[in-house]
Parts: sequence; structure tokens; C-alpha cells
Amino acid sequence: MDTLLQQLINGLTLGAVYALVALGYTMVYGIIGLINFAHGEVVMIGTMVAFTVIVSLAGSGMSPLLVLGIGLLVSVVVCMVLGWGLERVAYRPLRHAPRLTPLITAIGMSIVLQNVAMIVWGRNYITFPPMIDKQVYELGGASFTNVQIAIVTLAALVMLGLIYLVHRTRIGMAMRATAQNPHVASLMGVDIDRVIAMAFVIGSALGAVAGCMVGSYYEIAHYQMGFMLGLKAFTAAVLGGIGNLAGAMAGGLLLGVIEALGAGYIGELTGDFLGSHYQDIFAFIVLIIVLMFRPSGLFGERTGDRA
Amino acid sequence: MSERQILLEAHEVAKHFGGVKALHDVSLTIRRGEIYGLIGPNGAGKTTFFNCLTGLYRNEGGYFVFDGVKLAADAPHKAAEVGIARTFQNIRLFGNMTAIENVMVGRHLRTGAGVLGAITRNAATRAEEAAITRRAEELLHYVGIHERAHDYAKHLSYGDQRRLEIARALATEPKLLALDEPAAGMNGTETEALRVLVEGICRDGVTVLLIEHDVKLVMGLCNRVAVLDYGEKICEDVPAVVQKDPRVVEAYLGGSVA
Amino acid sequence: MNDRLRKSAAWRQHWVGLLLVGATLLAVPFIAALGGQAWVRIANFAILYVFLALGLNIVVGYAGLLDLGYVAFYAVGAYTYALLASPHFGIHLPFWVILPFGAALACIFGVLLGAPTLKLRGDYLAIVTLGFGEIIRIFMNNLNAPINVTNGAQGITLIDPIRIAGFSFADTTNILGLTISGPQKYYFFLVALAIAIIIINVRLQDSRIGRAWQAIREDEVAAKACGINTRNIKLLAFAMGASFGGIAGGVFSAMQGFVSPESFSLMESITILAMVVLGGMGHIPGVILGAVLLTGLPEALRYGIEPLQRALFGRMIIDPESLRMLVFGLALVLVMRFRPAGLWPSSQRRRELTESTD
Repeated sequence: MDTLLQQLINGLTLGAVYALVALGYTMVYGIIGLINFAHGEVVMIGTMVAFTVIVSLAGSGMSPLLVLGIGLLVSVVVCMVLGWGLERVAYRPLRHAPRLTPLITAIGMSIVLQNVAMIVWGRNYITFPPMIDKQVYELGGASFTNVQIAIVTLAALVMLGLIYLVHRTRIGMAMRATAQNPHVASLMGVDIDRVIAMAFVIGSALGAVAGCMVGSYYEIAHYQMGFMLGLKAFTAAVLGGIGNLAGAMAGGLLLGVIEALGAGYIGELTGDFLGSHYQDIFAFIVLIIVLMFRPSGLFGERTGDRA
Repeated sequence: MSERQILLEAHEVAKHFGGVKALHDVSLTIRRGEIYGLIGPNGAGKTTFFNCLTGLYRNEGGYFVFDGVKLAADAPHKAAEVGIARTFQNIRLFGNMTAIENVMVGRHLRTGAGVLGAITRNAATRAEEAAITRRAEELLHYVGIHERAHDYAKHLSYGDQRRLEIARALATEPKLLALDEPAAGMNGTETEALRVLVEGICRDGVTVLLIEHDVKLVMGLCNRVAVLDYGEKICEDVPAVVQKDPRVVEAYLGGSVA
Repeated sequence: MNDRLRKSAAWRQHWVGLLLVGATLLAVPFIAALGGQAWVRIANFAILYVFLALGLNIVVGYAGLLDLGYVAFYAVGAYTYALLASPHFGIHLPFWVILPFGAALACIFGVLLGAPTLKLRGDYLAIVTLGFGEIIRIFMNNLNAPINVTNGAQGITLIDPIRIAGFSFADTTNILGLTISGPQKYYFFLVALAIAIIIINVRLQDSRIGRAWQAIREDEVAAKACGINTRNIKLLAFAMGASFGGIAGGVFSAMQGFVSPESFSLMESITILAMVVLGGMGHIPGVILGAVLLTGLPEALRYGIEPLQRALFGRMIIDPESLRMLVFGLALVLVMRFRPAGLWPSSQRRRELTESTD
């Protein structure tokens, strides 16, 4: 029982991160139908930037929370600029190219970003300096930390903010209109270029937040970390029904929980035939099963909600 | 009317989208060798009926009997297999294939070369390929666009694209050719040429089901006509009778006829 | 008369072209050997990637199905060979038994994956295939316990080379006074296989099946209405592509003498896809060019960057390995930017593109 609760808590934390990253994929996909393979790398850059800022400010005598805050802020801004730049330089010129062309560009950008990160931050694992004194709480035999609470709370706040943005603001309306029908939206006076750029910028900002969370949760960073994280998050987005914001959030949380439970129980389930190093296959097996029965993901294509 | 004379029988076919009833228990019979018109105002359910018949949609109620056999048309290729070929309202050709290639694709169903045949290019496969090409050329001749055989389908004129679509459908050796608004967007000359073509197809033994907006064309061409309005068949008869039916007039003019 | 003259001239040109290509193909391993056997191995890998790219081209280029887990079939072929021709299980079957068997097994995997998933829309299919590729890799990585099937991350070593009647492809022999090294022998074996595979691809493309694939790519609904059983025909593309992957895997095993899960990462699938798209999707010469370039470029960079940096700056400024991949990534981006239909697209696709932009 305590394992179940423990795995649920861990899964929820991980799921919150997946959800934030998944939103970046789903927003871009919803508007231009592109799998932005480089998004995982944007998240990685976010982690790395936050790391650099925090390390350089760590000895300055500022309060640890302030340092963390600045790290987060700088990382968000850098990623927004990066996301904007990616769209402007790499994807915009390919708006009318064959479908697979921008996909290859995205893969190319992903390779470029990874190797830039390797040149800048080195090929070894980087240890995140612990800025917050970790407090461990006990609940019904399971334990969780203040870092986990912070991650889940922050993720929830950011997602609420996004929902507000998409449903209650002008730019949000423009985004939803573009997702529905870019041509008609442009006839109605929506600046499509701006909307697409916004999708990248917002998605990258969410990615940066997620990156900082991963860094402070695992206290470790690596130039290749974005790849698997991005892959999982993309899986989460598809699981929820790609293009659908609520779907990405739910898909992310679900995937996190499934993975945590899977890793915790796989041994028991298979009579110790498969061990916990099979953790990574759960995401994909669940995905394949879900798509077999619900070909457009769990939350279908509620196009009205696409942003 | 004997069983042998009937080619297609629709039995209380019903289809709805969410709460909207697109087809409301539509029954009709099409006889062998006739040109049967299906008309009605916009949104009356004509194309929905087509899509149910050709397996693109699954009808919730009712069934079709085609050539004496109940249709299990849960997949479009099966409808083509039993002998129902169709064209589309918004022409759907393989744009980046040449005209003749489009027709050759239509022969897919009635030919059988597989991967092994393709790789070994044995005598049987070569003979079959030659037959496919020959038949495709004949069909392009038949619809009168053989001069454009090696042009990409998307480069053909609008009228020629319609003809190509018909040739492709005929390549599947249909018993029933279902044409979805073939005259849409055509000028008078083109429509007249189309009329001659459809009459010829019928004379050559293919029954034709025609959805059309152009009432004049339908009345001049069809042996019998059914009228759909709000998903219901309100009338089915020879054109002369249908034309005078008050319900039809009402459906078209929106009830302003007193 | 004039016409016949012109025709014979065209034929002569045709033959001259073929002879030139043939002579080049013959000369490559000996020219490459001047720079060391490593270059012959690179040439061999280029041909191996031609197999893979052509196989994936059937799936992506002809049938229009985005497969991001293609490497799984390559892995199935490679491990089949490795397990049936190595001391790992003590089984040593001849290659002409295992290669077809590996291809068939990969084909079965293709059908098993394809049958339930091919109804999925393009990008959903992409992620499912990607997931499948990862699942296969993770299993190869971990199936060393409780029963040691794949030997886990260490991989399988001492795999038998290809042998024909006692003639091994692994070591150097003298034929008519000419010294031919192991890699050079493999080169000729690979070229022969490549020619066969290219012929198969060309023939498939110009066949009833090839037309059906193209029709599905153009307009699936219309293809169905023409009586094409799209599910089966897509499955066929998937199975064909998988078989090619299986063959390539078997050859890879024999050539390397060693396989490990590391060779079958997602990056590998992506690289093969990049070869297809960068070269010119659906166009056989383009795909071949893409495969050769993307194999050759990173290698050329590997050997070129270090001396270049030393010459320019007098010392190593940037880690050559990351710079190499950086240039590779940039090359992908730039080619897509300036030649969106690929470096050598079919004339048809090029036209398609210039039209959509005006």
C-alpha cells in the first residue's frame, strides 16, 4: 500500500513535468501540424541556463529562493527567445514545403542544439547545486519533499495561466481561431505569423519551467537529457490527443503515474521476469494500446479546444 | 417488376450525425440499364446517401441489396468490388499521377499481379500490364481525353478532370456508376457533352445513378428521378411527374407556392 | 532512318553511362584503400545505408507512411544473424539460410506492428512506430536475464563472417596476383546485393502495387473508391520495408562481427529517415545519394575537422566529435531550407513544389 501511494506521488511529480513539456508540443502541433522535435532540446537548454545562473549567483549572498527565481526567469526568457528564433529561422521559410521537410529541419535543429550544449556545458553530467533545504514529509507511509510540492504547485499555476491565456485573451482567441482554420483566421484579420510565433514562444517558456523543475528534482543535468524527456512528453501529448491542451495536461499526468506504477510493480506483475529497467517501455506500450482503441488519443480531437 | 430487373434496392436507409438526421429511412429501387436521378436542395442528404452506398459512411439503419445480394459495404473497396463505382462532388483524382496512370489505378481491382510478379516481371505480369495499359487507353478514348493521357491529372481542365474521374470509375468494371454532381461548375457546352457521355455509358450497359443540381440536365437525361428533402424521399417517378409534384416544387422554392 | 540513328545514339549514351558507373563502382574499394581500410569500411556502410534508405523509402516515399521506428527491423535482422551464427548459442548456420530467415522474421514483425496501427493518422503512426523501435531496443538491452538471450548491453561478439563454400569474406586473399582485403570483399558482395535491391525497387515502383501505393499517398479516399484495399496495400509496404531492413541487419552483423543495442537507437531511425527525405523522397537515385552523403559526410568531417582546426588555430578549439555532429545538424537544416523537396527529387515532386509556392 505504501508503495502504491509512494509511486503515485512520484508519478504525479514526473507527470507534472511531462505535462508542461507536452503542452509545448501540442500547441505547435495544433497550429501548424509540426512535430517540433527540437522542443526537448529547448527544455534541456532551459535546464542548462538555469544551472549556469544559479551556480554563478550561488556565492553572491543572495537568498537561495531569490537565486532560484532569477535562474528560472533568465531560463524562461532565454528559451522564449530560442523558441522564437527557431520558428523564425528554421520553420517559417518551410511553411509551404512538403510535410516531412520541417520534420527533418526539426531533427537537424535538435542535433545542433544538443551539440552546442555539449560544446558549452561539456559532455559530463552536471550537478545542480541544492538551493533549497530539502524537507521530507511523511504521509501514510509514503514520503514526499517540499521540492515535489513546489513542482506540482508551480505546474498547476502555469497551466491555469495558460488556460486563461488561451480562453480569455485576444491572442488566445487568435490562436484558437488559427488552429481551427488558418486561412479563415487570416481573412478575419488574425496575424498568422504572430500567432505561430506565440505558440513557439509560449511553448518554450513552459519548456523552460519544466527544465528547471527537472534540474531541481533530479539535481542533475546532461546535454542529452532533452531527448528522452521530449520523447516521453510527445508521447503524453499524443496519448491525450495531440493538438488538445487539456489532453496534453491529462496525458502528461497519466504517463507520469503509469511510468511510476509500472516501474514499481513490473517485477510483481511478471513474476520477476522483467525488472524495473523496463520502465521506459511502459510509456510506449500504453500509447500503442490506447491508440489501437482510440485512434485520436484519449481526448479525441475536440478541435474547439485546439490552440 | 421482376427481381432480375432490379439492380439496387435501398431499404429504409438511415444515417444521423449526432442529433442531426441526415437520412431518414430512405428506400428506393434502381432498375438495370436506367439512368436514375437523385435530386434535392442543398443539404438534403444526397451525398450522404452516396457515401452510405459506397461504404464511406456506415448507415445506422436499413440496408442495400445490390444485384440480388445484401451489401456488407463496411469498406469502400468492397463496394467497388461488387460493382459500384463512384465519382466525387469535389473531384478526387491522383493529381501527381498522369491521366492514364489514374485510369490504370482503376484497373487494380480487376487485376492480380502481386509483389513477386512485380519483382520477377514474368510473362503473366507483363501480359497483364499490357492489358491494363490497353484498357486504360481505350477508356481515355471513350471519355474523349486520350490526347491528355500523359499529362498530370492536376493539369487537366476542369471538364477533363470530370471525364477522367469517370474513366477511372469505369475502369473498375462497375454495374452501377454513381456520379456525384458531375456537371457542377460546367458551362453549357461541357454539360451537353457530359449528357452525351452519360447516355453512351448507359447504352453500353452500365446503370447510372446521378446526383445533380442542374434540374434541366436531370430531367432531360434520367429515366426516373427521386427527390430528397431534409433526408427524406418525398417523391420517386418519371421526370415528367416529378416536375409537377407540389411537394417537389415546395422543397425547391421553400414553401412559397400556395 | 534518322530516328533509328538517334535511338542508337541514345542507347550508346545509355551504355556509356552504365559502363562509367560500373567502372567507378569497381574502382572505389581500391581507391578508398589508398586512404586505409577504414575508408573501404565507410564505403561498405554507405551501401548498407543505401539498403536501409531504400527499404524505408518504400514505406515513407511510396506509401506515404511516416515510420520513425524503422531501425527495429534492422535490429531484428541483425540479432537473428548474430544469434544463429555465433558462439553465443553455439549455432553456426550459413548466411544464405539466415539472411532470408531474418528478412522473413523482420517482415513478420512489420505485419504484427502494422496490422493494428496502420489505420492511425500520419503523425500518430509516427509516434507508435517510434515507440515500437524503442521497445525492441530496450528488450535487446535487457534480455540477458533471467535467460540470457541477447547478452544485454554487452552485445554479441565473434559473429561468423559471410562464407561461401569455404571462401570467407573476413580475411585477405590473393586472386590473380591482386590482394583483396576482407572489407573489399564485402564491398563487392554489398554492391551485388545493392544492384539486386535497386532493381527490385524500380520494378515495384512501376507495377500494379507501386501505382496503388502512389494512389494511397495521393488520396486515400479516392484510392479506396477505386477498389484498393488500402489496409492490405499499406501493410504490404510496411512488410516489404521491414524485410529490406532485416536483410540489411543480417549483413551488418556479419560484416561487423559484433552487435549491441547501441547500434539500433532512435537516432539511427532518424538518420535513415533523413537520408530518404534529404535525398529526395520516393526517388530512387535521390535516396541513394542521400544515404551515401549522410554516411560519408560525418566521416569526412571526422577526418577533416581536426587537421582543419590545427591549420587554422594551431590547436584544437572545439571538441571535433561535437563539431562534427553540429555540422551534420546544420547541413540537414540548410538542405531542407534551400531544397525542400530534397537534393535530387523526382521531376514530378519538384514541379509540385514550385507550383505550391506561387
